[in-house]
Amino acid sequence: MTESTTHETTPVLPLPAHLALGAAVGGGVLAAASAAMSWTWTPDFPGDLTYYGSPAGLQWLALVGGALTALLALAARGLKGLRWLSPSGSGNGVLFAALGTFAVCWYAVVAIAVELDGLVNLDPGGWLAAVGSLLAVLGALGLPLDRRRTVRHPELHWGLYAALAVSAVLRLGLGQGWALHAVPPGIRPLFTENLWFFVALPVAIALFRLWRLLDGWLRIGRIERPLPAARALPGWAEILVVTAVFAVGLGVVEFGVSTEYGELFVGFLLLTAFATAALLASGAVGRLRELTARHRAVTTGAAFAAAGAFPFTQSSETYVLIGTNILIFATVALGLNVVVGLAGLLDLGYVAFLGVGAYAAALVSGSRFSVFRDLHLPFPVAVLIGAAAALVFGVVIGAPTLRLRGDYLAIVTLGFGEIFRIAMNNLDGTSGPSLTNGPNGIAAIPDVNLFGFDFGEAHDFGLLHLGKNGNYLLLMLVATAVVVTVFARVANSRIGRAWVAIREDETAAEAMGINGFRVKLIAFALGATLAGLAGAVQAHVSGAVSPDQYLFSSPTPPNSAFLLAAVILGGMGTISGPLVGAALLFLIPAKLEFLQSYQLLAFGVALILLMRFRPEGLIAGRRQQLEFHDVQLPAQAAPADDVPTKAGA
Amino acid sequence: MSTVTTETRTPAAEPVLEASGVVMRFGGLTAVNDVDLTVRQGEIVGLIGPNGAGKTTFFNCLTGLYVPTEGTVKYKGTVLPPKPHLVTQAGIARTFQNIRLFANMTALENVLVGRHTRTKEGLFSAILRGPGYRRAEAESRERARELLEFCGLGAKADHLARNLPYGEQRKLEIARALASDPGLLLLDEPTAGMNPQETRAAEELVFAIRDLGVAVLVIEHDMKFIFNLCDRTAVLVQGKKIVEGDRETVQNDERVVTAYLGAPLEGTTAAQEDGQ
Repeated sequence: MTESTTHETTPVLPLPAHLALGAAVGGGVLAAASAAMSWTWTPDFPGDLTYYGSPAGLQWLALVGGALTALLALAARGLKGLRWLSPSGSGNGVLFAALGTFAVCWYAVVAIAVELDGLVNLDPGGWLAAVGSLLAVLGALGLPLDRRRTVRHPELHWGLYAALAVSAVLRLGLGQGWALHAVPPGIRPLFTENLWFFVALPVAIALFRLWRLLDGWLRIGRIERPLPAARALPGWAEILVVTAVFAVGLGVVEFGVSTEYGELFVGFLLLTAFATAALLASGAVGRLRELTARHRAVTTGAAFAAAGAFPFTQSSETYVLIGTNILIFATVALGLNVVVGLAGLLDLGYVAFLGVGAYAAALVSGSRFSVFRDLHLPFPVAVLIGAAAALVFGVVIGAPTLRLRGDYLAIVTLGFGEIFRIAMNNLDGTSGPSLTNGPNGIAAIPDVNLFGFDFGEAHDFGLLHLGKNGNYLLLMLVATAVVVTVFARVANSRIGRAWVAIREDETAAEAMGINGFRVKLIAFALGATLAGLAGAVQAHVSGAVSPDQYLFSSPTPPNSAFLLAAVILGGMGTISGPLVGAALLFLIPAKLEFLQSYQLLAFGVALILLMRFRPEGLIAGRRQQLEFHDVQLPAQAAPADDVPTKAGA
Repeated sequence: MSTVTTETRTPAAEPVLEASGVVMRFGGLTAVNDVDLTVRQGEIVGLIGPNGAGKTTFFNCLTGLYVPTEGTVKYKGTVLPPKPHLVTQAGIARTFQNIRLFANMTALENVLVGRHTRTKEGLFSAILRGPGYRRAEAESRERARELLEFCGLGAKADHLARNLPYGEQRKLEIARALASDPGLLLLDEPTAGMNPQETRAAEELVFAIRDLGVAVLVIEHDMKFIFNLCDRTAVLVQGKKIVEGDRETVQNDERVVTAYLGAPLEGTTAAQEDGQ
């Protein structure tokens, strides 16, 4: 399986080299320039794209995408001073960037035409964006691209075409009524009320077919050749680069969180996805990975500094609250990753441990709805109590069930999650002992006050303003840091290796002297404790706890199903995976309100596609990558403590 | 590595493993029937027998995977607890007939997992990462690298176990077993599927292990391998040990010959189909 036989470097469109390059660069520049023009004459379209000289909303995305395309095209060509942007020199990066720009511009143009009824609403800027981005894509297709030699897909099965035809006929017939007679009266509503299905199915099949046609034509492949050696930079410069990258990252996240309307968020997602693919293909990400591996402490520090800087960049409290909620969700997902990702124990009721921590902390918080209303323990003590309570529940649930292998644990934890919620609902003094105030929950949890710093008040530090939600975001960030530290240290230790060994082969692990039950119980208890810790902070951040916050599945995170999805989507066993997964799973439902009723459907489709195309998750550890793809990755430097004589940068 | 002589046997050496009257029944099926076996310090003992003779079942009885229906297994004079991890802790390590590595861990990590019983850093020391933890972790890594080197896998430390070629996976299993500093190593068909060169290398490796002071009990089908290697060989047929002794004794025993030629054997219990 050498790449010389399976891969080739050829253009898709046979254009003269300089013409292709010119089209890619010129198209990118045109799309970027269109951002300075008016795209539509009326301010009715969200974001007001009517101004000349001042980009807004989607125009910013076009500007970034177009500029990225032009720069990547020049960098791939080997222009001096830009080579860092495209170390692999592959045209694939240019193509992805151009496609991202194309997607954003055309999405915007089509959205304008559809929402405002007609192409007449487009101003010259809009036309320019559309033409420029199309030109960039065509140019990029003329660049030498890394392509597979073989077409991967077999022909589409005729059964799918039959399904397509049948559902199209059914849709027509059901709409006009004549097909109803073929359906027994009893189940007629099933058909008439779900007409969308007969549209969605052919559309899905057609899209699938289209995708295969496109893929067979483009044959874009992985770039498996190693990156050329990097030019050595002084240590401080490398650290500066890492810091700058995280500053840019903060900017991207900030833009995503504070998008004000669904169209902008869709555009943002499109561009981010394509730009990430582009930078991966250009090798810039690989280069960055080398840097971050060398400066792990700086990287972690920069990541947390960027997250800590987030509330200061926001003027609106709402978006800061979204940031805080993402952090809560992400922290709990990371805790679940100990149980699922490392030890391989499927826990379907994990959110209950979050609830245990939250309720325990709320009970001793001094809330007037708590049965211990006179008990107001300091915040750190409340957090410890929350974590300890979750630990106790973790051991109590785990001890009898972890002796079993296989799926029993999943069923028991699923049950526990429900029992917890129902118990909290009923411990109200009428149906059961008075403890939790029933469905009303424990509200009015007083604000945290640490060393005289009142988290409920806004604070000003010179020019920097920090509102209430900002305070709590920083507090939550500390909890996240604790969980990240614990995870990182435990994963690469004797006990962490034992977990992975148990996950891989329990019999062999026991034969190596690992007490399976004990080690699994430790994983389960640690996972529960981390969730309890996050829960205790969550109770104080949201100011109230109630049973309906802790469901198995609901449209809003955190719930057990979403937590598990965040772990799997992001990448099992990694640190950044669940954080990214959680951020996406929180932002997408929060931003795309039109998805509300179809959210779980879209979510399921997304998971299926992910499992098909990227089973290791969005962010894969080296191990997962090797596990799911039979590629021989270039040998990477082992973790720093393995290599005693590694020259520091 | 080491000489290919077998004249290191000292009959007076202390017994490492004493299995007496081991019986393993699965319902009505007697897979292992009243087997006695002693392995002494510094010995390499072979265990042969046709497929389904109960060799692996006997191994599983020794390592706590199965609890024998009757009989006792003693390691250095103490009766072994019936739990695999406690057996390993006591000092018996094993490999598996069908390779059971931790496929998605690196070779080094596999061996580090083998160190589990000989280290005791728990959750809290892993979180706190004090000097004691760092020292223990560094020692473990050093020992693991030594063992990989010993088994000829020094250059493959950072490869995933699943990506190693078959012969190296076998070696890695041995390195992993040795990591628990065993007094007795049980090898279950260590050369299955190997070519003659690899088999010879495996022989050398077993001798080298014996020279480390580890007694070895090995199941094998390769007679040449067994008779080159073993001071003593026991033959198991249909769950019963029919003969035990040195090369000549075993080779000249007609019951062994009959058993291997597949002719029905007089005086045994009903046919047992699968004792593993």
